[in-house]
Amino acid sequence: MTVDPGGTPDGPADTAMAVDLTAAPVAAAADVPPELLAQSLGQYLRAWWRRVRSGDSGVLPVVLGMVVVAIIFEIITPEHAFLRPSNLVYIFGLSTVYMVLAMAETVVLLLGEIDLSVGAVALFGGVVAFKLVQQPGPGWPWWAAMLAALAICGLVGAFTGTLTARLRIPSFVVTLGMFLLFSGILVVVLGGANGAVSASPLVPNQRVFYDLVQGLIPPVVAWVALAVVVGAVGTALWRRAAARRRQGLVAPPASLTAIRIVLVALVGVAVVLICTINRGTPLVAVQGVPWVIPIVLVVLAVLTVLLQRTRFGRYVYAVGGNPEAARRAGVSLAAIRTWAFALCSATAGLGGILLGSFFFGQYSTNTADPGQLVLYCVAAAVIGGVSLFGGRGKPIHGVLGGLLIGAIAYGVSLLSLGQLATPLQYIVPGVVLIVAVLVDVLSRRGSGSGTRA
Amino acid sequence: MTEMNETPEGASSGGDGMEPLLKVRGIDKHFGPVQALYGVNLDLPAGQVTGLCGDNGAGKSVLTRTIAGAHQPDHGQIYFEGRPVHIRSARDAATLGIETVYQDLALADNLDIVQNMFLGRERLRRGLLDEDSMELQAGETLRTLRVTTVRSIRQPVASLSGGQRQAVAVAKAVMWNSKVVLLDEPTAALGVVQTRMVLDLIAQLRDHGLAVMVISHNLNDVFEVADRIAVLYLGRMVAEGPAADFDRQSVVEYMTTGSASGRPFAPAESAGDEG
Amino acid sequence: MPDIPVTADPGETPGGTADAAMAVDLTAAPAAAAADVPPEILAQSLGQYLRAWWRRVRGGDSGVLPVVLAIVVVAISFQVANPAFLSAQNLVNLFEQSSIYMLLAMAEIFALLLGEIDLSVGLVMGLGSVVVAELVQPTGLNWPWWAAIIVTLLACAAWGAFQGSLVARLRMPSFIVTLGGLLILQGVAIIVLKGALVSIGNSRFTNELVLYDIFWGQFEPVVGWILLAVVVGATGTGLWLRDARKRRHGLEAPPRSLTAMKIVLMAVAGSAVVAICNVNRAHFGTIEGVPYIIPIVLAVLAAWTVLLQRIRFGRYVYAIGGNPEAARRAGVSLPNVRTWGFVLAALTAGIAGVLFASWQVSLTTNIIKSANSYVLLAVAAAVIGGTSLFGGRGKTIHGVLGGLVIGAIYNGLYLLGVSSWWIDVVVAGVLLAAVAIDVLSRRGAPRQA
Repeated sequence: MTVDPGGTPDGPADTAMAVDLTAAPVAAAADVPPELLAQSLGQYLRAWWRRVRSGDSGVLPVVLGMVVVAIIFEIITPEHAFLRPSNLVYIFGLSTVYMVLAMAETVVLLLGEIDLSVGAVALFGGVVAFKLVQQPGPGWPWWAAMLAALAICGLVGAFTGTLTARLRIPSFVVTLGMFLLFSGILVVVLGGANGAVSASPLVPNQRVFYDLVQGLIPPVVAWVALAVVVGAVGTALWRRAAARRRQGLVAPPASLTAIRIVLVALVGVAVVLICTINRGTPLVAVQGVPWVIPIVLVVLAVLTVLLQRTRFGRYVYAVGGNPEAARRAGVSLAAIRTWAFALCSATAGLGGILLGSFFFGQYSTNTADPGQLVLYCVAAAVIGGVSLFGGRGKPIHGVLGGLLIGAIAYGVSLLSLGQLATPLQYIVPGVVLIVAVLVDVLSRRGSGSGTRA
Repeated sequence: MTEMNETPEGASSGGDGMEPLLKVRGIDKHFGPVQALYGVNLDLPAGQVTGLCGDNGAGKSVLTRTIAGAHQPDHGQIYFEGRPVHIRSARDAATLGIETVYQDLALADNLDIVQNMFLGRERLRRGLLDEDSMELQAGETLRTLRVTTVRSIRQPVASLSGGQRQAVAVAKAVMWNSKVVLLDEPTAALGVVQTRMVLDLIAQLRDHGLAVMVISHNLNDVFEVADRIAVLYLGRMVAEGPAADFDRQSVVEYMTTGSASGRPFAPAESAGDEG
Repeated sequence: MPDIPVTADPGETPGGTADAAMAVDLTAAPAAAAADVPPEILAQSLGQYLRAWWRRVRGGDSGVLPVVLAIVVVAISFQVANPAFLSAQNLVNLFEQSSIYMLLAMAEIFALLLGEIDLSVGLVMGLGSVVVAELVQPTGLNWPWWAAIIVTLLACAAWGAFQGSLVARLRMPSFIVTLGGLLILQGVAIIVLKGALVSIGNSRFTNELVLYDIFWGQFEPVVGWILLAVVVGATGTGLWLRDARKRRHGLEAPPRSLTAMKIVLMAVAGSAVVAICNVNRAHFGTIEGVPYIIPIVLAVLAAWTVLLQRIRFGRYVYAIGGNPEAARRAGVSLPNVRTWGFVLAALTAGIAGVLFASWQVSLTTNIIKSANSYVLLAVAAAVIGGTSLFGGRGKTIHGVLGGLVIGAIYNGLYLLGVSSWWIDVVVAGVLLAAVAIDVLSRRGAPRQA
């Protein structure tokens, strides 16, 4: 049924070969994801390179960005300390907050909306969770506190979503208002302008929160877990591709699947290796993978399955791509939007808990800056490849973007810039955000979709 | 014409073989003080293509939407397979087997062909989307409709040409046990070659026994593919009958003045041949 | 008094075109009820005008009525809660504080009319205030005050051009560009401040004194009355002559009694303001007279109103906000108009910055950080005043009225001793309510899927 893809996939020059004599497609034919047509690895790579050159570069910018950032910071950091394991692990830890928040934001961005309140809601969720485990005080078990915090955040998100979805108030205004609202509520819950709350590692119930980011998985366990995970994921990918090929469905070439599995394994090995190198002293060994890394992977897996493999996720993409089409197909726009905002806020709540854990179990009005958080996480999502216009993006983009933002944020703080340190903390994210969106807009231009009047 | 009345209408309608699959009688519709349709009658027999013509504002869209369930008629009745029915929503229409393809196609550019075709009616397996069986069925449908020019069924719809998008929209409509398909200006934005493709597709639908109604401004297309023609003028059905009873000039006259050669439409077997 | 020019005024007509699917269908429900035609177009007498206006209000398009009512409600509520609210001293205080909100709202309106948003106006104000203060420092650059102000305004305008270009030429979403811009400006402001503070409080230096006086100084009482007479006289004569000319040429013109009433209302309102300002409001000594900022704000209001309603550029702004594609096909340069819109927004924010510096006297990094919350107030003020978030509808006067409401809320809550966190919560609530009203009032018009 399909025309043999062969060599050249696009352009009027194709007419000699193709049965299709139709006029030029709406978007450049180079927009067809290369793995759809490629029969061999070589074809795939050629098609992919053509697509990159035409503007639709997927995750290439963020990966390149990470390489560039790593090199630049390694050079300019005092003592070239940037790539030291201890710093890298710190970056992993810091990035996980941005990763989770970026993944949360991605859900809403896919709808073509935006949630400016993620930062405030995240912190609110974290503070609520921490407050609930306080003794003397409510003294809830950690899992109850966490569930309660996530549920409350979810309800807040549902409220935001309702205002956006049913009253059709533009999401950036609603969430701007919610941002202000929760910034104020946050201070009230923390107990005033100098309030703080903390989870002490000495109290077993609270230690869990402390350990989320600061606790470590012993190296042996980490290696075993890595092997298991890579094995499981690899096998699943392979079998699925094989099954598709057997049924005659569109499937990538076997070599491509193999390369993907190898890449996943390599990344996993690199991360575990960095984490298991002793970054303490010979006397007091500090080794191991922070718990937060598998936690983030779980969140990534859950969100990816939710968005790519369930009806709800399909409808999120549909509403982001063409709300009218979704509506005509019987999708309840209001329900999808409300649930998406609820999911975003609940996930943000998790991110907020991680933030508290990252700061050694402490929140205070000084360390909790909701404005900066939201800007970083939007920048992370966009720079990772999620489109601001809706309909395009995946949770993995949030992970990659979060890592990059974390690396930049930390790298800047490592430089001894004296007076410039504080202002740069504002300027750099601002510039990064604009550049990230610029790339998104320009790449959209190349593929001809989503241009505005 | 007598031949027309003796031709079996098609296997899908029950009971009386002469009964059109979809029948519309005496439909009135107003919006506030403005009346859009006055006592409109229309027959959509199975296995035939009916071209609905009319100038802007004649009520073609309103009639289509009424049949599709988007509007409720103020008076009149719709008959489906001989039974009177109330079509209160797009869902009701879909349940009966009436599918509509509007002018904007309602395709999500960021989703691929399979995802678009199954939008709103996805198949699940163990709670997750059953991508494989959906892909197989979508491919089957396109093959049945002889849509062969699409390179990969997993292509994002944004990368398709106008004719291909129309084909996907039509395929999406007919995949669901549909019996009646309403097409609003399917060739409006297409070039010559793509129009050809879409007209062939419409013929495919007819050959499969569906009742097809095509709204079109383009009389060339209408005369090419329609078995019956119906003309609306200012909310009234002023002419309806086999395509052979019309020619271009008479259709234009009906569209712009409500009558041809000063006389209202009369079926060819009565006195006066409209030529 | 809100002046509605006789010609179909883009700021007032209900927005929205019928959606595309209905465009060809003449049987679409008649969208605009007859009550939507601005009443003065049809009215031949004052009585007809009032009846038509009332019908329009009941039909949903109430113009500035909601915000005027809001002002009245707020005034009464706060007066009941705290009798000092309506005292001369507090009222002048209120005007003074509101002036910042008014200017920022007027700035924001340029972006909103285009269907965009400018989230950086608060920081443009902040940076502008820091720059103008630093420029007049005797130990630093020691520029004359007028040079400092001009350069500051130019710098703000240049920033607006930068942001505007990103939005207009690259079609980047304005809220992201201005969100990033906000961050960048914050960093730059901290750099300019060199982490410390800058002050213009030293009255021994003329330049600082002039800047200080912009906010804190006032006219002599007599001068206030003279100014009022001049302004009312000039505006009144202008209005009268214009309407007379229209009538002479057989064009649509409001009834004479209406014009007269407008002039009288203006005079009365002006007199009330001058009278209140001339009351001695100092605890010790004498402070009386119309503050300088009132004519400053009025001048900006007048200039921008003329810009938006009476010249081609303004017409294009409304056109783009209403239907960009139609504007483009009519030959309007979308990139140019949009960029200029952002330039004007930033320029107005810069003016607010000069006033802000004058008001705060000492500027620290914390104060700059707090400038962030002003953008929400600016948007809230514009929307409360009657400007639509979706573009194409709104007038400069909305910024003034909305700013007054916001200022009154702040002032009143402060008088009642409410802590600033809760004030923020209240303002957020008011903003959401105002926006909800805006959206719901648009329900009839363009369908948003």
